[in-house]
Amino acid sequence: MAPLEHPGLEAMTEATAPACVEIERLGRHYGLPAKPIVALQDVSLTVREGEFLSLLGPSGCGKSTLLRCIAGLDKPTTGAVRVRGKPLSGPPAGIGMVFQRDVLLDWRTILDNVLISAEFQGRGRKENIGRARALLERFGLGGFADRRPWELSGGMRQRAAICRALLCDPDLLLMDEPFGALDAMTRDDLNVELSRLVQLGGRTVIFVTHSIAEAVYLSDRVAVMSRSPGRVAEVFEIDLPRPRPLSIRETPEFGRHVGQIRSLFSRLGLVREE
Amino acid sequence: MEDALRRTGGLLSTLAVLVGLLVLWEAAVWLFQPPPILLPAPSRILTDFLDTPAYFLRQAGFTLWTTLAGFGLSVALGVALAVLVVSSRWADRIVMTVLVMLNSLPKVALAPLFVIWMGTGAEPKITIALMLAIFAIVADVVLGLRSVDPDALAMARVNHASPLSILLKIRFPNALPALFVGMKVAVSFALVGAIVGEFVGGSAGLGFVILTAQGQFDTPRVFVALVILGVMGTLLFYFVDMLERLLLPWHVSQRGQAGGH
Repeated sequence: MAPLEHPGLEAMTEATAPACVEIERLGRHYGLPAKPIVALQDVSLTVREGEFLSLLGPSGCGKSTLLRCIAGLDKPTTGAVRVRGKPLSGPPAGIGMVFQRDVLLDWRTILDNVLISAEFQGRGRKENIGRARALLERFGLGGFADRRPWELSGGMRQRAAICRALLCDPDLLLMDEPFGALDAMTRDDLNVELSRLVQLGGRTVIFVTHSIAEAVYLSDRVAVMSRSPGRVAEVFEIDLPRPRPLSIRETPEFGRHVGQIRSLFSRLGLVREE
Repeated sequence: MEDALRRTGGLLSTLAVLVGLLVLWEAAVWLFQPPPILLPAPSRILTDFLDTPAYFLRQAGFTLWTTLAGFGLSVALGVALAVLVVSSRWADRIVMTVLVMLNSLPKVALAPLFVIWMGTGAEPKITIALMLAIFAIVADVVLGLRSVDPDALAMARVNHASPLSILLKIRFPNALPALFVGMKVAVSFALVGAIVGEFVGGSAGLGFVILTAQGQFDTPRVFVALVILGVMGTLLFYFVDMLERLLLPWHVSQRGQAGGH
């Protein structure tokens, strides 16, 4: 296990919810075996059912690679990933994924882009049209169902991508820096919407980001990663109450969490303080 | 509206340039009086055409039909081969080796062989048109099928998409713009192929008209066939271009014209 700052707290919450994703001594190397590039080394982490966990770290720390291993898109070189007790061989069932780029298909309307996940999963297009429309409505895209992706702004496109990931009601949602390409205001908007969605419960979310504030605002726990080699340096428990309005970011508690993580970053030599 | 205006404007200026060149040509012939066997005046070419328009149009019709048949087959077969190439490493090696070999061989040199095999009807012309056109289709469609956003494929895999549905719902639509690039090249090559076929053997088509007119030193007649070929080639190109506008309104290169927003 990675060193924990609040082992007591973790043990307490761990007892209340079963493990959703278990990562055990995971390593991922690239390149020639003789001279490997080590993206991840000896990563162990347990994500519990229903929790929102962020993987936070600077670029190149392997956080996206770790997420891709959990998604079954990338194979670990050593160690194992288990989702609900089952070792992975390919993407597990019941997951949804949101990427940094929305990867909407230009030749499909927004509605059809959302429906593609149902089509791929063989759940039928017609059966899901109602649900897709309802999702678009909830994410403020009700009037844009018949538009093409290139007619929408970046934030709207990413909302549509989230709808696509949610269409088949995944109980594990993987998000790879989904708001990294958006402007600060749109990012705030989407943070609030995502926070509201999490509030409804029933969903485990693993969220990759390089923004400390974003991670603290959204998460139940934040796993801070360091680079060369990529590993989990420490896991922070974020005990801020929910629902969390944006203004929670001005509270001293919020500041304390951000401060703790930032000081870890500087101790790890990942940021300079001057 | 603005767009339509701009396009009519473009068409008008193209026409003006063409008319200007024709006037210059006519004036030069009138001034220097070259023998018509070297260079006939545009007016002479027009009167020659108007003497027997039905004959010329019938020959043009034959060339058009062999061109379109060869082109159509090259698209169908080319897309099928491209799908095969991207779906298996073995097919990739075999198909690409054969195609590159065939493409490096001057197909004009193969034309007589096809006449021996298939006779002097439409078949060898269609085959040569097909062979000239297909390489552009396969090369471009393979590129289009392969250059898919890796994240789009990851999205499909996370949703447990079957290889067939990935092909139909992501790879193929993604390759359509490349297919049209290939088709624009291929349609001109198909016309070249059809003419080459008519040169080598046969008794119909504009290539045949040129060959027989050459035998009689009937230069104006050669020019009539050339002008018709030029018009035909241009129209074929714009036909594919129009098809692209109709079928791919979503593509970046078309958005200005789509006028959706």
